[in-house]
Amino acid sequence: MDLQANKSPQSQTPVTTQPAFSKQELGTEKPHALIKSEEEGVQLNVAELWDFRELLYFLTLRDVKVRYKQTLMGIAWVLIQPVLTMFIFTLVFGRFVKVDTGAIPYPLFALSGLLLWLFFANSVTNSTQSLVSNSNLITKVYFPRMFVPAASVTAGIVDLSVAFLLLVVLTGYYRVGLSWHNLLLPFFVLLMTMLALSVGLLFSALTVKYRDLRHALPFIIQIWLFASPVIYPATVVPENWRLLMLLNPIAGIVEGFRASLMGLPFNWPHIAIAGGITLLLLLVSFYVFRRLESSFADVI
Amino acid sequence: MRAAITIENLSKRYRSGGLHPGYMTFREMLGGIITAPFRKQSFGNGTNTIWALRDVNLNINHGELVGIIGHNGAGKSTLLKILSRVTKPTTGQVKLYGRVGSLLEVGTGFHPDLSGRENIFLSGAILGMRRAEIDRKFDEILAFSELEQFAETPVKWYSTGMYVRLAFSVAAHLEPEILMMDEVLAVGDAAFQQKCLDKMHQIRQQGRTILFVSHDMAAITRLCKRAVLLERGQIVGDGIPQEIVNQYLSSNWKTGADHEWAGPSEAPGNDIVRLRRVRVCDESGSTVSAVSIHNPFAIEVVYDVLKPGHVLVPVIELHNEQGVELFSTHDTGSEWRHKPREAARYTSSAWVPGNLLAEGGLVAHVSIMSHIPATTLHAHERNAIAFQLVDNQPEDSARGDYVGPMPGIVRPLLKWTTTAAATSPI
Repeated sequence: MDLQANKSPQSQTPVTTQPAFSKQELGTEKPHALIKSEEEGVQLNVAELWDFRELLYFLTLRDVKVRYKQTLMGIAWVLIQPVLTMFIFTLVFGRFVKVDTGAIPYPLFALSGLLLWLFFANSVTNSTQSLVSNSNLITKVYFPRMFVPAASVTAGIVDLSVAFLLLVVLTGYYRVGLSWHNLLLPFFVLLMTMLALSVGLLFSALTVKYRDLRHALPFIIQIWLFASPVIYPATVVPENWRLLMLLNPIAGIVEGFRASLMGLPFNWPHIAIAGGITLLLLLVSFYVFRRLESSFADVI
Repeated sequence: MRAAITIENLSKRYRSGGLHPGYMTFREMLGGIITAPFRKQSFGNGTNTIWALRDVNLNINHGELVGIIGHNGAGKSTLLKILSRVTKPTTGQVKLYGRVGSLLEVGTGFHPDLSGRENIFLSGAILGMRRAEIDRKFDEILAFSELEQFAETPVKWYSTGMYVRLAFSVAAHLEPEILMMDEVLAVGDAAFQQKCLDKMHQIRQQGRTILFVSHDMAAITRLCKRAVLLERGQIVGDGIPQEIVNQYLSSNWKTGADHEWAGPSEAPGNDIVRLRRVRVCDESGSTVSAVSIHNPFAIEVVYDVLKPGHVLVPVIELHNEQGVELFSTHDTGSEWRHKPREAARYTSSAWVPGNLLAEGGLVAHVSIMSHIPATTLHAHERNAIAFQLVDNQPEDSARGDYVGPMPGIVRPLLKWTTTAAATSPI
């Protein structure tokens, strides 16, 4: 899979792929790996990523294990964080402000949005830091660097899966029935994973060079939360602002996730736009990451 | 011979200053963020850059054990980093024929909060091992580290020695066809170092290629069949370890095994005596820069006496690489001890017996003094000559069959006696 651009005929990079010159030309066997200058083209080496796939597993395992080591509550934090946040928002928006969430009870409305949102926010926060906090690895050993921020996202999926039990309990409590819409839940989780991965890849690569992003990140996350229909329904947004909200893929993903959870009708055009933007963002992030990757060890 | 590594015109340029020379506004920075990923990395006019490597060409064959030496900043680590693909070269290319494993530090990928067991898997995976491979070798790795009873303890509670042992054990069980190591031998106690060296021998005997950077010249001459000397990013020597190590030591002390002063004006000394030449020679009288540890050698001092009537004593002080003074010797035995000299050229030699000193680089300070009527220093030259003692014919030296690092500044070949008791103790 080529990510366009700068693809010169000799732009082949390492491992298992066909080298750029023929056997006859070299006179001997083909090299196992060819190291060329940093001016070469950008491409996503899928074969290499596949070759190292077990590393993603081990990095994810590390991130999950390390996160709750030496804590009193351990893995319970995965549940405490969304539950407490849900209570606060239920109190403020459900009781005091009384926002209209239609057919969905506010606690369920908030929790369904918050689970996805917290997955996104935590994944992005962790992956943004990931390359810099793993600089000892980056400067000492070669492996596809993409796996470092990616492991932060996959570790987030583990948390999300555990926290999903809360949602099961709460839908049971409110007696929400099953429907075929439920089958699409993994699809929206997948979309959110892709979005978290693309933002995480982009931010982590840029943070290697510009540490400013670390300081800006809490604001970005906070603003993004308020710009997304996580704790309030999209219906409270005035008509002319709603077009703008279309550009925020979180909106389409969260609303779609709720619809499939509650068995409500899907807003397909909105979901399609969110999916399209996510895919585009992912391609841009892959490109930027690969472009900057070769200089990580030198500037980190 | 099958090639393992082919390096062609390899160069690496680094910025010497900070990331951004001078001041940068927030707006420029934002502009930089947006355009940076789409821009070719350019270094401007090159005034703020240094070449860590410049036009390096090197071919290494399968099964070679090559030592890379050089001063700090000569480019050794940069070369290993490029070969292990941590960083990319600025120009040139490298072809690697075989699976590469690199050990640029001890404990790559270790996480302090994880247990020994978990770290074996994590570090193994980061260093390029498959999960099935780690599973298979797990017991062996743990046994090699001698840490079986601590497998479930977080490594942050390990002592430094335990940590290093576990880390090296993982690394030692990598089975790359090409192994690159950066100073990892300098860890652990003597017994563990011996284990590591045995492992290296084993890897080498399996026909694998090893490339290692070290400041331990004795290890380089003992283990390698080939050494490469880097200086300011370029290869300035490539060949037999003894010769290359000598070249390195000579450039270190700015002198070699033979030091001759061109004219009396440059030569150290006063109006009474001047040094003309200092060299190391063997029993046949030829200059040697690498002396086998079991052979006697002489330090020969040639000097001109310009004014007659003085009683002169040549003095030699010998130091090792660590700066430890091994001995200081005055000419006490020759006929000239109490005899005033005529104006002439003299040659004095001090003979050092074989099997006395330990292997390694040596440097000699040379002086000419008078003790009668009062102690006077006429000529003095620090670091007059540098040479090395090598211990690579173990059958003739105190080393015996042991190949590891051998401590001590002297290495006498002693007479040993061993007797067996007539009756069994059991």
